[in-house]
Amino acid sequence: MDTGDTAWVLVCSALVLFMTPGLAFFYGGMVRSKNMLGMLMQNFFSMGLVSVIWVLVGFSLAFGPDIGGGLLGDFSFAGLADITNADFGFAAPLTIPALVFVAFQMMFAIITPALITGATADRMKFAGWVAFLGAWSILVYSPVAHWVFSPGGWLFELGALDFAGGTVVHINAGIAALVLVLVIGKRKGWPGEAMPPHALPWTLIGTGILWFGWFGFNAGSALGANVTAASAFMTTNTAAAAAMLSWLAVEKLKTGHATTLGGASGAVAGLVAITPCAGFVNPMAALAIGLIAGVVCFLAVQLKFKFGFDDSLDVIAVHLVGGITGSLLLGVFANEAVGGLLAGGEASLLGKQFVAVGATLAYSGIVSFILAKIIDKTIGLRCTEDEEASGLDLSQHAESAYAAGEFGSMGRVG
Amino acid sequence: MKLVTAIIKPFKVDDVKEALRSLGVQGMTVSEVQGFGRQRGHTEVYRGAEYTVDFVPKVRVEVLADDADAAGIVDAIVTAARTDKIGDGKVWLTPVENIIRIRTGEMGHDAL
Repeated sequence: MDTGDTAWVLVCSALVLFMTPGLAFFYGGMVRSKNMLGMLMQNFFSMGLVSVIWVLVGFSLAFGPDIGGGLLGDFSFAGLADITNADFGFAAPLTIPALVFVAFQMMFAIITPALITGATADRMKFAGWVAFLGAWSILVYSPVAHWVFSPGGWLFELGALDFAGGTVVHINAGIAALVLVLVIGKRKGWPGEAMPPHALPWTLIGTGILWFGWFGFNAGSALGANVTAASAFMTTNTAAAAAMLSWLAVEKLKTGHATTLGGASGAVAGLVAITPCAGFVNPMAALAIGLIAGVVCFLAVQLKFKFGFDDSLDVIAVHLVGGITGSLLLGVFANEAVGGLLAGGEASLLGKQFVAVGATLAYSGIVSFILAKIIDKTIGLRCTEDEEASGLDLSQHAESAYAAGEFGSMGRVG
Repeated sequence: MKLVTAIIKPFKVDDVKEALRSLGVQGMTVSEVQGFGRQRGHTEVYRGAEYTVDFVPKVRVEVLADDADAAGIVDAIVTAARTDKIGDGKVWLTPVENIIRIRTGEMGHDAL
């Protein structure tokens, strides 16, 4: 046990938790004002539901002893029982208390499904989201986290690398977002009607919180206060910065303007792409990964118009495409210790990265589709046309983000 | 000359704008307003306490027109803004004595 490591990972857990409200505001600024609270609530609610699921069964399914085949953990740690002295099978024993590891991983479980909500913005029924979120956390997040992050998982044993969640977090949420968008359908009026962001300052604040929290996400994934954490910290910042520059450069070339939303989106794209690589690459590689991610994700935004799927806030372009970009580039840019192509490593690492990306896409895509269809036919995933027109704030939550009632027309009932 | 004023549902603004544009209308003014007619307001809930909000958000559309064009404009707005549900709003006509274009000082019909 190391007190320095413990202190660092505790702080990082709190940093990663903070990313979820950050994400809420990042997304919230981009929706129309009538959907602001709906957007915030879909994200905030994940902190409630997924925390409880994680304590009850989520952690155990992800990090409990393998049930066989590297597919899923068992129920040994359900309710976090008998966990104090657990080592979870890591070759190098953890230097932090088991519960600190549980807490750190919990924050990843919370934000991952929250990422999906940007794709289905403005039209998802809250009850449908509650059902999807709970089921997805148990049936998709925990298994994929087990495969990749748990020493018993099959992708972990294969040797596929994911420093902080390129597959588990970004590709996983990104493909689920695509599936959900296809099941739930387009917003009424899209793409003909303009649906501009209602308050970009919120989005910029959210970006700042995400960037800040991402140090916990990536540097915390070293699971100690050490050289790897320092390296991940620098690569994270470098990639975010480089992607902001490259996104803005392409945007300026193509549209004539460098926009605030472009700067924010570029930074997030860089943060996504560096996530799988953070502790495995040097700062110059991070620079390259960031520059590439900014351009690739910018171009990927056009996919939704080309193929006609209404990914409202570009979750697919940023998280799915950014996550795949980072996960594959890791096979190229990984440092000597890990064996990327440019460091003289063999192509087998790149091959393993392809396997991990493909497996995540297939599993998450299929199970998310089945869940979405079942919920759509029973509880309903999409709100009614009238609810969509009046906005999620009023129709789903009976509140207004920007108090229209202040006119003095508000009367207390009963 | 006439001032056509319409109170419509906010999500119908684009439809109304397009309908007016295809009539050849050169300009319009819109504002976000709140009010009530026959449509009831809604209920909001804050920490378990329920409140009624009487005023419903609407959009006011104003168009200046020649007498001869006014009826066509009213028809276009009514058609575009109708959902057949309560709260579709109203359109009314007001006689206008004169119109002046500020930049040029043109008056009346020329200022339209």
